[in-house]
Amino acid sequence: MSELRIEARSLSKHYGNLLAVDELSFEVGSGEVLGFLGPNGAGKSTTMKMLTGFLTPTSGTAVINGHDIIEDSLAARRSIGYLPEGAPAYGEMSVRKFLEFIARARGFRGRDALDKAAAAIERLNLDKVPEQPVETLSKGFKRRVGLAQAILHDPEVLILDEPTDGLDPNQKHEVRRLIREMSSEKIIVISTHVLEEVQALCNRAMIISDGRLLVDDTPAGLIASSRYHNAVTLVVEQPERVASVLSELGQARKVELREGELTVFPAPGESLFEVISDMVRENGWSVSELRLEAGRLDEVFRQVTTGEVGK
Amino acid sequence: MSTMINSSLRAVLTVMRRELSGYFSTPVAWVFIVIFLVMSGAFTFYIGSFFERGNADLAPFFQFNPWLYLFLVPAIAMRLWAEERRSGTIELLLTLPLTTGQAVLGKFLAAWLFIGLALLLTFPIWLTVNYLGEPDNGIIVAGYIGSWLMAGGFLAIGSCISALTRNQVVAFILTVVVCFGFMLSGLPMVMNLFTGWAPQALLDVIADFSFLAHFASISKGVIDLRDLVYFALVITFWLAANTIVLELKKAN
Repeated sequence: MSELRIEARSLSKHYGNLLAVDELSFEVGSGEVLGFLGPNGAGKSTTMKMLTGFLTPTSGTAVINGHDIIEDSLAARRSIGYLPEGAPAYGEMSVRKFLEFIARARGFRGRDALDKAAAAIERLNLDKVPEQPVETLSKGFKRRVGLAQAILHDPEVLILDEPTDGLDPNQKHEVRRLIREMSSEKIIVISTHVLEEVQALCNRAMIISDGRLLVDDTPAGLIASSRYHNAVTLVVEQPERVASVLSELGQARKVELREGELTVFPAPGESLFEVISDMVRENGWSVSELRLEAGRLDEVFRQVTTGEVGK
Repeated sequence: MSTMINSSLRAVLTVMRRELSGYFSTPVAWVFIVIFLVMSGAFTFYIGSFFERGNADLAPFFQFNPWLYLFLVPAIAMRLWAEERRSGTIELLLTLPLTTGQAVLGKFLAAWLFIGLALLLTFPIWLTVNYLGEPDNGIIVAGYIGSWLMAGGFLAIGSCISALTRNQVVAFILTVVVCFGFMLSGLPMVMNLFTGWAPQALLDVIADFSFLAHFASISKGVIDLRDLVYFALVITFWLAANTIVLELKKAN
């Protein structure tokens, strides 16, 4: 039985007059790592808070692993591991005591609870600090404690609210590695406003803005929808002269010169890289950089969420 | 059915244990206990004229007990939920497979047991009175039970108010005010607000709300079922309100 999934049905949340989440519907299946993308205040956290049973939806519901989050909240929560934003923990407790509390609250008893806590400590490489109070730990370690409590009961569904926010690049790398390790056998939903994260971790991305689902695609698909997709950028001496030559090209739709970089956008269905590299050789332009653009996620993101960048 | 009760009870006890261990890993517990004991002693022996009265009972101790609670219990209660809100752990706690009611009860019991411990540590006063004379220890036990029940009433009020705000100072002040009202609701100061316009039935109810009146009869050694039920109802009512407040106000 492969009931392992999240199914959101017209989830909505109002705060007074403010519409935080507006009729959000989606499904996530086993093996998917879904990234919620969106500007701050888009409704990512609110959606996660509803999925995890912290907030009650104003209307609509979600089914997690066959359990309705409203009708059967406790059962739904049992199959979820949740890392709230900022990885809150009881600061005065030691890492071990804190995880043992989580284990007991999740229904493990006696020896079992101790074993689960110990296993989580080992899995998240917390073995150097198990007796330290959580509040004395560095941000990176605190985040690991948060992840440890989320995976302690080996949940089918992991919901992580901004798991790498505020970490330094090494810590980010470390947390991403941990998430990737767990991704094979679970459903993982992460929220982020860091775009690189989606590329690094997710095999599916949803862009949410003003509580509405705007785009649901793979990260590669998102990038392909960028106007930079398959464009060619070059850094060259006398860029104005080169630009005027390149704009004569039949395969080019448009040429842009920005901050010393010359970007040539292809006409639909055309590819430019070969053509331009041949031209560089023939004309003897002195080029210091020549690259094929895959697409720019930040540009897609801005375009989708604000409509600021025109096609 | 019994496994369900078992697992609910375990959930409550798990929350209680965590909360209780939290008290002792910070200075809160020691500061509270020391101040409670010092103040109890001062009130009993100096202001209460324990020796000069020449009576072998703990009346001076129990007489000032409610006034100590008025300020010390809100100090314990204020952090119960406000602190969870401030640190964000409320989101962690309430997404564990526990009901809100179990979390409320667990935290309340921890604080109540803690106050009970502080109360038990006043035993040297009891030893003193037994050394000096031959008191009716039944009355004293009743007094302790009544005192603990009253503390539970204060605490339930404070727990509920603490759930309304993330600011502990606000929680403290509001709790003191509400507890003060409950304490004195039988006295003219509060009754005068109502006499003249409220019907007699309501006046009787308000007068009957007084913590002091119910505590006074217990501490005289009269354990009347009605007084016990009264405190049980006060605690139940405020903890139920506490649960509802949390359900409604989780987000902010």
